[in-house]
Amino acid sequence: MLRGADERMRIPIRLSVNGQNVETLIEPRELLLDFLRDRLGLLGAKRSCDMQVCGTCTVLVGGVPVSACCTLAYEARDQEITTVEGLGGDGKLHALQRAFVAHAAVQCGFCTPGMLLSIVALLEQNPHPDREELRRYLSGNLCRCTGYWNILEAVEAAMRESEAEAG
Amino acid sequence: MLREFQIHQPDTVEAASTLLAEYGLEAAPYAGGTELLLIMKEGLVQYRHLVDLKTIPGMNDLSLEGEALVIGPLATHRQLERSALLRQHLPVLAELEAGIANARVRAAGTLGGNLCFAEPHSDPATFLMAWGASLVLGSAAGRRELPVEDFFWDVLQTAREPEEILTAVRLPLRPTTVRCSYQRFRLHERPTATVAAVLELQDGVIASARLALGGVSPVPRRASEAEAVLRDQPLDEEVFAAAAAEAGRAADPVSDIYGSAEYKRHLVAVLTRRALEAAVDHPAGEIV
Repeated sequence: MLRGADERMRIPIRLSVNGQNVETLIEPRELLLDFLRDRLGLLGAKRSCDMQVCGTCTVLVGGVPVSACCTLAYEARDQEITTVEGLGGDGKLHALQRAFVAHAAVQCGFCTPGMLLSIVALLEQNPHPDREELRRYLSGNLCRCTGYWNILEAVEAAMRESEAEAG
Repeated sequence: MLREFQIHQPDTVEAASTLLAEYGLEAAPYAGGTELLLIMKEGLVQYRHLVDLKTIPGMNDLSLEGEALVIGPLATHRQLERSALLRQHLPVLAELEAGIANARVRAAGTLGGNLCFAEPHSDPATFLMAWGASLVLGSAAGRRELPVEDFFWDVLQTAREPEEILTAVRLPLRPTTVRCSYQRFRLHERPTATVAAVLELQDGVIASARLALGGVSPVPRRASEAEAVLRDQPLDEEVFAAAAAEAGRAADPVSDIYGSAEYKRHLVAVLTRRALEAAVDHPAGEIV
């Protein structure tokens, strides 16, 4: 017997996205990326490789970077999600975003949201990575404009700025 | 868009096993999803039921039980790379975990999922085989324990019955006379070839050696020919070179998108030599 659309399983979930509470019903098969893009209109995370290699769909779940393209929306229940739209605030850019602008670390911009979120998550855990650690960590985020050098420069500049502020 | 399916949230291994038995081929255990969701998205498999093992309490715990370190299969790679207990007792495995794929895969992917999926390029499978780890499988009917070597049957094929669930990875603790190293060569998310070496030393002589090769053939396998070359030999450059050459010669490589058979054979020899040198020079182990 074929099952009709109305018999589809739906799960009530509650989560926070960029600090705002969301309560809704999801289908088990919904991917977090589609949930964010198609249902919440948050277009920062992009679909590209669709297999956890390129990093352009990176979002933070409880501060931890995940590939939204390969994560069920189901896994976001009771979690705090951060997308690139949630960086900065009050109309101002996050310090890392400002450093990206200042160091021309954005070329076509497609990888930028994933780069920013990955780096924010890294610096949260390890505020002073050396260049080798940065390179190794960011090997999981691809920039097909190959603008890696300026991205590394931007991250290090942002780190210096945050140390200066703290110091 | 994925095909429609239901998610089940059992709270015991028995309940999960009962669900898997009830739905048979229409069901799959669901852990981190890093491998499963990929093949579901590709349409290579169609499951109507995913049994979420993450809702079973305690399945990602790490603990010492007697003379063994016991890892809950739902421990993520990220959790393992950061585990103080693992860093203390088996730093080589913690470092191995830190080098898997990328940060996002490590955040979601689990040790148990990695093993049960049985992708031929699995990092932990190879090391666990060389270390002599065992796997505990549970079901509503009972439990059994088997060596890692008996678990992998073929590409994506294991000894796990459909209604069985991996409930523990047991790593015997070894004395400090046992040295180990894990070497990998990778350009992509998965390594092309890997070698794990575990040596037991006695008065400067190799009392026993266990070598395992990964990514080379459809399942990780012991390099028993090279192990024989090492047995009762001194820690000597020439001995290592002979064992490395034998490992490469006796490897049974298959070509895949990560490299040709000949290329892998060469890598096996190089990585074996490095693994032996690193195991001796770095008692705590090191990954290059």
